[in-house]
Amino acid sequence: MNYLYFLYVQILTNYHIPKILADITFPIIPFCIIAAAVILTVLILVLAERKILALFTQRKGPNRVGYCGILQTVADAIKLLFKQNIDIDNSDKFLFNVAPIIVFVPAMLLWGFIPYSSEFTFMNFSVSSLLYITIAVLPVIGIILAGYASNNNFSLIGAIRSAAQIISYELPIMFVLLSVVLLSSSINIKDIVFSQLGSLSVLNWHIFPCIIGFLVMFICVIAELNRCPFDLPEAESELVAGYNVEYSGMRFALFFLAEYALMFIMCAFLVTLFFGGFLPVTSKYISEMIFSNSQYLSVCIYFEQVMWLVIKTIILVYIVMLIRATLPRLGSESLMKFSWYVLLPVSMINFIVIAIIKFFIEGGAV
Amino acid sequence: MKTNMKINIGPQHPSTHGVLRLITELDGEKIVSVEPVVGYLHRGIEKMAENRTYLQYLPIVDRVDYLGGFFTSYAFCDAVENLMSLDVPKRAKYIRTLCMELNRIASHLLWLGTFMLDLGASSPLFYCFRDREKILSLFEELTGQRMMYNYFVFGGVRHDISSDWLDKVYNFVLELPKAIKDYEKIITLNPIFAERTIEKGILTKQNALQYSITGPNLRASGIELDFRKAMPYSAYGDIDFVISQSNRCDSYGRYLVRIQEMKVSSDIIKQLVNYLKSNTNEDYSLKINSVNLKVPEGEYTSYVESSRGLLSCYVKSDGSGKPYRVKWRTGSYYAVQAIPILVQNHNYNDLIAIFGSLDVIMPEVDR
Repeated sequence: MNYLYFLYVQILTNYHIPKILADITFPIIPFCIIAAAVILTVLILVLAERKILALFTQRKGPNRVGYCGILQTVADAIKLLFKQNIDIDNSDKFLFNVAPIIVFVPAMLLWGFIPYSSEFTFMNFSVSSLLYITIAVLPVIGIILAGYASNNNFSLIGAIRSAAQIISYELPIMFVLLSVVLLSSSINIKDIVFSQLGSLSVLNWHIFPCIIGFLVMFICVIAELNRCPFDLPEAESELVAGYNVEYSGMRFALFFLAEYALMFIMCAFLVTLFFGGFLPVTSKYISEMIFSNSQYLSVCIYFEQVMWLVIKTIILVYIVMLIRATLPRLGSESLMKFSWYVLLPVSMINFIVIAIIKFFIEGGAV
Repeated sequence: MKTNMKINIGPQHPSTHGVLRLITELDGEKIVSVEPVVGYLHRGIEKMAENRTYLQYLPIVDRVDYLGGFFTSYAFCDAVENLMSLDVPKRAKYIRTLCMELNRIASHLLWLGTFMLDLGASSPLFYCFRDREKILSLFEELTGQRMMYNYFVFGGVRHDISSDWLDKVYNFVLELPKAIKDYEKIITLNPIFAERTIEKGILTKQNALQYSITGPNLRASGIELDFRKAMPYSAYGDIDFVISQSNRCDSYGRYLVRIQEMKVSSDIIKQLVNYLKSNTNEDYSLKINSVNLKVPEGEYTSYVESSRGLLSCYVKSDGSGKPYRVKWRTGSYYAVQAIPILVQNHNYNDLIAIFGSLDVIMPEVDR
């Protein structure tokens, strides 16, 4: 971050802009970048999902707006922007309006925690991984409010289901996170990434000692995202659309944005914990080979790190979409049983095993 | 004070397969009671018969069950032919049977797709429609229509089939078991599917008989009653086939029976095609003039094993050019009535899944 700051000040002073202005504007830049990145990612993800689902089901998918339909989601977004926001009679107007924001803000906030490259973390706290998980649960408050304020039975059932689901799938995530924290001896997300750096490159990733933990967490993340096969809160076959059934226009778009923004960032979080985050798959950075003599080598490496993170995340996102195309929805009873009887014990055992391994490898240093 | 939640599903709801309304009372997620309300798609098809000639009524008959136009068409033609004591040529019988069996496969394929959609899996729908599309193309080539065929006429069929078309049918039937194998790979052994269907929506033997359930739903409850075998009509008497049946009584059993039935149907079609190919010179219709058709006085009830159970058509004639009374008995109507006992002690989330397993088509219920 310091390096980027000096670079920024240097550029501004080249244009004879006072340094004080650079000091003021510099902290704002990351949030602008996040906002732009969220919108752009969601636009691409929605299109990608529709295209991928179409491929799975022998259809063409969106193919009318723009070349091969690449502007389809842009057109959809513009349509949503101009749609009327319908106010429901006998609904709690204030909560009804505030719920989409409560869902969207945490989803966007999470984007600040992920270290995109070794120098590019917007919010780097010492307890950032715990904070990340805590904020990831916040959207459920918005979902409950949306379901309650809509004055609609379908929404209410969807909201309650969602709350029950997210809370029960949160516990295994915490246990898996604990085992990752044990492995890396740090709660800081950035340090967790750096702890996966080593002479064995790929083999140093936490996925190898903690594969069961990863599977548990991956399932839990899909459940938290309310995605198939855990999409009970928005099960269209019985609940029409779940908690957002009464929403239209931009308010609905916020739920939609939050869902896809969360999907990407949760997968990025998984990559950060288990797949070395921004660390390269190759033993050496590709930029080091190509631009070894350039003065901008370090900048190139930052961009390459972002690229690695995005590539790994896209692979996980693809798997999430593939699961959606394959599986039917779980029943509501077994959904809860699966979390409490299977995932929670497995994640606890995983934690104990990891602790024992760690104890013997480090010679009792834990 | 604790009160149960009343929730009104339908008549406009994404997944009630049309315009069924279910007034549901919920205690949390548990279903306390369900009351099906029908009649939103009533078109008065029975009344329509009374001011139309037999020929004018014939195209309307297809609309009774829009996924099984050949069944309803056959039921009406059969009743009228029996009233007139017409003996339909053998080739016409075989062609009719062939059409009905293809129709059964198309109907079951659509059921499979929508049933899986009710369970939350979207992909099977598109694969089922892909295979159903092939059947519809065959029908379009044969009759010019994809849904309302109007192909059967009194005394036979409208026109003969070509050997070219028969080849296409044969090729399709050869490919179908492979496609069904693919569906089974992804559905039958899927643990989530098993969990959603096994022991869900149990229709006991006794209940099935009490509620007059027929068709695959009845056979999934362990009763071997297939009207193709019980009172062979058309060409079924000459055909060798097995009744698909299951003793499971649950949604899973109903799924297995229908999957099995598609395979059986393709076997039947193979036999029919073989006969039709080797006997090309026979007559396909009596070619009676049905414009001013006068049907002798009397009444007759025809029985057809449609894809949704027993379809029967009661026709009463007073000797004039118009039917005095036509009454339809359709399988879906009885299946809808069984919903309340099927969903007892189940979660709300199983309601649509169980309903989907019954293969109810609303136009057939309301007529």
